[in-house]
Amino acid sequence: MSNYTISIRPFGQHAILIEWPNIVDEAILEDILQFKTYLAKNFLFPEKWEIIPSYNSLTLVERNFPINFNVLKHNIKQWYSKKSAVEIKREKNLWKLPVCYDTDFGVDLEEVASTVNKSVEEVIALHTKQSYTIYGIGFLPGFMYLGGLPADLEVSRREVPRQKVLKGSVGLAGKQTGIYPQQSPGGWNIIGSCPVSMFKVTRENPVFVSVGDKVEFFAIERAEYNLCAIENEAGVYTIQKIKIDA
Amino acid sequence: MLKVLEQGLFTTLQDQGRFGFKDKGVPVSGSMDTYTTKAINTLLENASNAAVLEITMTGPTLEFKAPTYICIGGANFVVALNNEPISLYKIYKVKAGDVLSYGKLNLGFRGYLGIKGGFKSTVILNSSSYYYPITKSRCVKKGEELDYEECQDFNPKISEIKISSILNKNILEIAKGPEYNLLNPSQIQQIFTTIFSISNQNDRMAYQLQENIEGISYSMLTSATFPGTIQLTPSGKLIILMKDGQTTGGYPRILQLTDRAICVLAQKKYGDTVRFKLV
Repeated sequence: MSNYTISIRPFGQHAILIEWPNIVDEAILEDILQFKTYLAKNFLFPEKWEIIPSYNSLTLVERNFPINFNVLKHNIKQWYSKKSAVEIKREKNLWKLPVCYDTDFGVDLEEVASTVNKSVEEVIALHTKQSYTIYGIGFLPGFMYLGGLPADLEVSRREVPRQKVLKGSVGLAGKQTGIYPQQSPGGWNIIGSCPVSMFKVTRENPVFVSVGDKVEFFAIERAEYNLCAIENEAGVYTIQKIKIDA
Repeated sequence: MLKVLEQGLFTTLQDQGRFGFKDKGVPVSGSMDTYTTKAINTLLENASNAAVLEITMTGPTLEFKAPTYICIGGANFVVALNNEPISLYKIYKVKAGDVLSYGKLNLGFRGYLGIKGGFKSTVILNSSSYYYPITKSRCVKKGEELDYEECQDFNPKISEIKISSILNKNILEIAKGPEYNLLNPSQIQQIFTTIFSISNQNDRMAYQLQENIEGISYSMLTSATFPGTIQLTPSGKLIILMKDGQTTGGYPRILQLTDRAICVLAQKKYGDTVRFKLV
C-alpha cells in the first residue's frame, strides 16, 4: 500500500499525534489501522502504550513516563516508511446488529420520515441496506462513529437535545448514525432501538467492535426484540459476525 | 470493613485508573490529584495502585470495623478521629469502633483517605475506580461498607511528612496542544493574560472556565482527547477535560495541562482563579 503524507505533532507530556490528510476516507483509515497493528506488534507494546485510531489520526499515549518528542517523531517516520514493505495481517469483522424500528422506541422515526419525504418503511429500508464503517469509538464507552449514511437520511440534530436518551437508542444526526451505549443526554433523532449492549462489563470483551470494522443493521419485530433483550441480559445472545479480509 | 455513616457530597474509590481501553471509549478515571495519592500510598507503603477514598467538598463520616492504619491528604478539611483533630500526611492507628469525621473545608476541594493495603473493591477493566456504569455505583452511599484488610501491626519507615502544598497554587502549567497553531495572536494574548475563574460546571469529567476568549470555528474530524486536554469551542468557551472525560472530541485541542497542573486544578472549586503558563 502506498504511503500518505503524515504529520507528527506533540500532544502533552505523554502523547504524540500522527495525522493523515484531513478527509473521511476508507483507504486512509485502513492505512492508519495497518500502521497501528504494525506499531503494537513490533515497537509500542500494549503494557506501556495505548494507540487510539480515529478517522484521520493515531494518538500514541505512554503510560507512565514523559516521552521524548524528537526521538519518537524520528522513529515514527522510519517505522512508517518501513511499514509498506511488510505484510500486515489484521482482523476485521462485519457485525450484524438487530434494530427494532417500532415507534415506541423510534420516537422520532415518523418526524424523520416526513422531513426526508419518505415513508417510514423507506427510511427503515435505507437504514438497513447500508454497510457502515466504524471510524472511531469514543464519547461514551462503546459509542461508534459510523460513516456511510445514505444522503437521503441526513437530518439535522434536534434543536433541543433530550435530557434522557435510552440505552440502545439508534439515532441519526447529520452524516452520522449510531447507537447510544448507555442512557445519556443527546440531540440525535431516535429511529429505533438495538437490544444488544454495545458496552457490557460482564462480557469477556466489553466492547466487541473495533475501529475499522463494519456494521449492518437488520430490522426485527417487537416480539423478537423482547427475546433478544432477555438473551442479551442473560449473556447468551450470539452476535452475528462475519470475518472480512482486511 | 469501613461503615459509611454519612456519605458526603461525592465520595468515590479511586486508584490509578483504567489503562488500555481508550480505543473502546473508556475514560481513564482514577484519582484526580495523583500528587496527593502518591504521597499517601508511599507513606502507607502501599502499592502505587492501591485504592483510596476521594472526598469532594463535603466529607463523609466513617466507622472502622477492624484495626488498621490510615493517612489523609489533599484538601485541607477539619478531620477528627473520635473527635480529636488529626493532621494531613501523618499515619494514624485506628481500632474497631473508631469514627473518622470530616468537617469544614478550609482550602482545596478534594481530600483523600488512604488505608494500609488499600480498599478492596471489584476490579473491572484493571481498576476499581468508580465510573458509572462501568462500576455499579457512582459514589459511596450511606450505610454501605467498604472492604479493607485488617492490619494490627505496621511500623512505617516514615510516619509523617511535610509535602509542599499545591493548594495555594494558581498557575496551571501547560504545553501546546495539537491545534495550538490555529490560535491568532489576540487569542494567545487572551489565554496568557486573563485570570480565569472556575465555573459551576466542574466535575470529574471536565472543568469549564467562566471567562470566554475569542472562539474558533474549525471543522475537525473527531480525534483522541485525554485528561488535561483543553478544548476551545466556537463560542470561545474553554473546556478542560479531567479524569472521567470523554476519550474523543471534535473541538480544537489548543492546550494540554501537565500532570502536576491536573492535580492543581483538581483542588480548585467554583469561583477559584487560575492562570496559564507555557512550559
